Amino acid sequence: MTSTSPAQPAEKHVAPQADHGDPARSLIARIADGRAWLFLAGLIICFEIWSRLAFGATFVLNPFNLQSIAIFAVAPLLLATGQTFVIISGGIDLSLGFIMGLAAVVAAHATNMAGAAIPLPLAMLAGILASVIVAGVPGIINGLLISRLKVPPFIGTLGMFGVARGAAFLLAGGTTVPMQNSWFALLGNGKFYGVPYLVIITAIFVIVMHYLLSQTRFGQHNYAIGANVQAARRAGIDIRGHILRLYVLSAMCAGLGGALYAARFTAGAAQAGEPLLLDSVAAVVIGGASLFGGSGTIFGTVAGALVIAVIQYGLVFVNVEPFWQFIAVGVVIIISVLIDQAQRRFSGGRQDD
Amino acid sequence: MTSTDQTAPLLEVRNLSKHFGAVRALSDFSMAVRPGEVVALAGDNGAGKTTLIKAISGVFQPTGGEILLRGQPVAFATPQEAREKGIETIYQDLALADNLSIGANIFLGREPMRKAFGFLPVLDRKAMAEAARETMKRLDFHVSRLEAPVSNFSGGQRQAVAIGRAVYWDAQILIMDEPTAALGVPEQRKVISLIHQLKAQGRGVIFISHNLQDIFAVSDRIVVLRRGVQAGERRISETNHDEVVKLMVGG
Repeated sequence: MTSTSPAQPAEKHVAPQADHGDPARSLIARIADGRAWLFLAGLIICFEIWSRLAFGATFVLNPFNLQSIAIFAVAPLLLATGQTFVIISGGIDLSLGFIMGLAAVVAAHATNMAGAAIPLPLAMLAGILASVIVAGVPGIINGLLISRLKVPPFIGTLGMFGVARGAAFLLAGGTTVPMQNSWFALLGNGKFYGVPYLVIITAIFVIVMHYLLSQTRFGQHNYAIGANVQAARRAGIDIRGHILRLYVLSAMCAGLGGALYAARFTAGAAQAGEPLLLDSVAAVVIGGASLFGGSGTIFGTVAGALVIAVIQYGLVFVNVEPFWQFIAVGVVIIISVLIDQAQRRFSGGRQDD
Repeated sequence: MTSTDQTAPLLEVRNLSKHFGAVRALSDFSMAVRPGEVVALAGDNGAGKTTLIKAISGVFQPTGGEILLRGQPVAFATPQEAREKGIETIYQDLALADNLSIGANIFLGREPMRKAFGFLPVLDRKAMAEAARETMKRLDFHVSRLEAPVSNFSGGQRQAVAIGRAVYWDAQILIMDEPTAALGVPEQRKVISLIHQLKAQGRGVIFISHNLQDIFAVSDRIVVLRRGVQAGERRISETNHDEVVKLMVGG
């Protein structure tokens, strides 16, 4: 190394102001980020007041209500956890509802079959395992379609929606498949110090998924792909492999949802997840994710799922006609997206250009 | 500034050709970049600038000719291989994940991990933020909010993050494709001063621009491409705007 040209002292410039950090803006951002929890708190307060005025009884301090809301939230939340990953990556998975139904039917059949040969607790585990594995198959197909054949996620998973639906009904013989396994029934309806097993399982699962999204390379790459797939590719991330794993993951979440459905009703039904698909998308959006990809958190989705469950259960509890649920959930979704848009305008985010 | 002429070239391109069927996008092109040297690549649209940088950065395999890195012939099958050898391309856009922090962008695809509670592998955000602070300091950018997503930063600052990533991974050759095109004037100045910093650190820079003012502000030499062939090479100190324009349009 001989001498290189001397460092030309770049004309004396002031160190650039690196960020326009403005406390007011970051407060707005913080409120917007936590909006699902604010919604939840607001709703609970409303129902509490309503309930006290109308019946002189507490809403939220009643353990039965809390249990019911938690149970209500479990199935949509399991679908929404997988959906959160998919939506952050900029995709959507419409097949989750019927993958859940397929898994529920498989769980019932597999548990019954295994129960004839091996002890009941093992048969239960075999049933859960079978349902999660079978759910992975449509996930693999979704992933291959989207990553290799460049089918848009909306269309690819819409096709799988039909395929999984048909397969589930065929497998169930068009009816509900009853399940004979006392252990499985206990799993679905038993409680541990007042907390239903289903809720405990879901809570553990959600924490694991939160770890996966927020603390691992898989999660980090998921955010990067959702924001800028070109940048992610240039950074050397294996996009195709990631997308494949992503859709398998979301399908397996739905598979677990199916198994827990079978546990709760001691039966498998093809239509188990039908009404839950859009609830899962709604939970993710209320939880703060953008359908353009790149943002969202698991805990936000938990809050979103709880908001929906509180609305559904609360309106029944205060004796309002059930159809109001749909209106209330719809209004919350729209408000949530409006807050998101407003926050993006404030932060000068470039998401929407 | 004549001292750079005697230094062994960091990157040398000899008789490089790239044909797409009958189209000769690049023929018999030669140039060299020495440590601490900024070489501007100028030419009209379709002159072959992009083909050249894609051949150097491993996106295309050249049809003929060779690329030498520190005197050793190299061939890159993918951009990753070029990057591992220290050739980093910085595109004017499409370079960053807007929703991630500076550190996360620097480490995108090669995130450092640590063990939480002694067993659980988790992303080492502290190491990423620390590396981001260090790197940006070397580029004379002082960032206070290392956790903020890069969408909060201005265009020039984002360009600095992209350059910072290359610097962190110790790229010796930086290919910059229109780094100032999308920026306002003050921001362009910042990027120009960044290029001065890279030069001072002894890295080689290939700078592609349409803006002659920027080229004259920062480059040591200019290589002009016209219809896939080298139309001329000048030292910046010995040429002027008119001559360069003539070379570009073939007057």
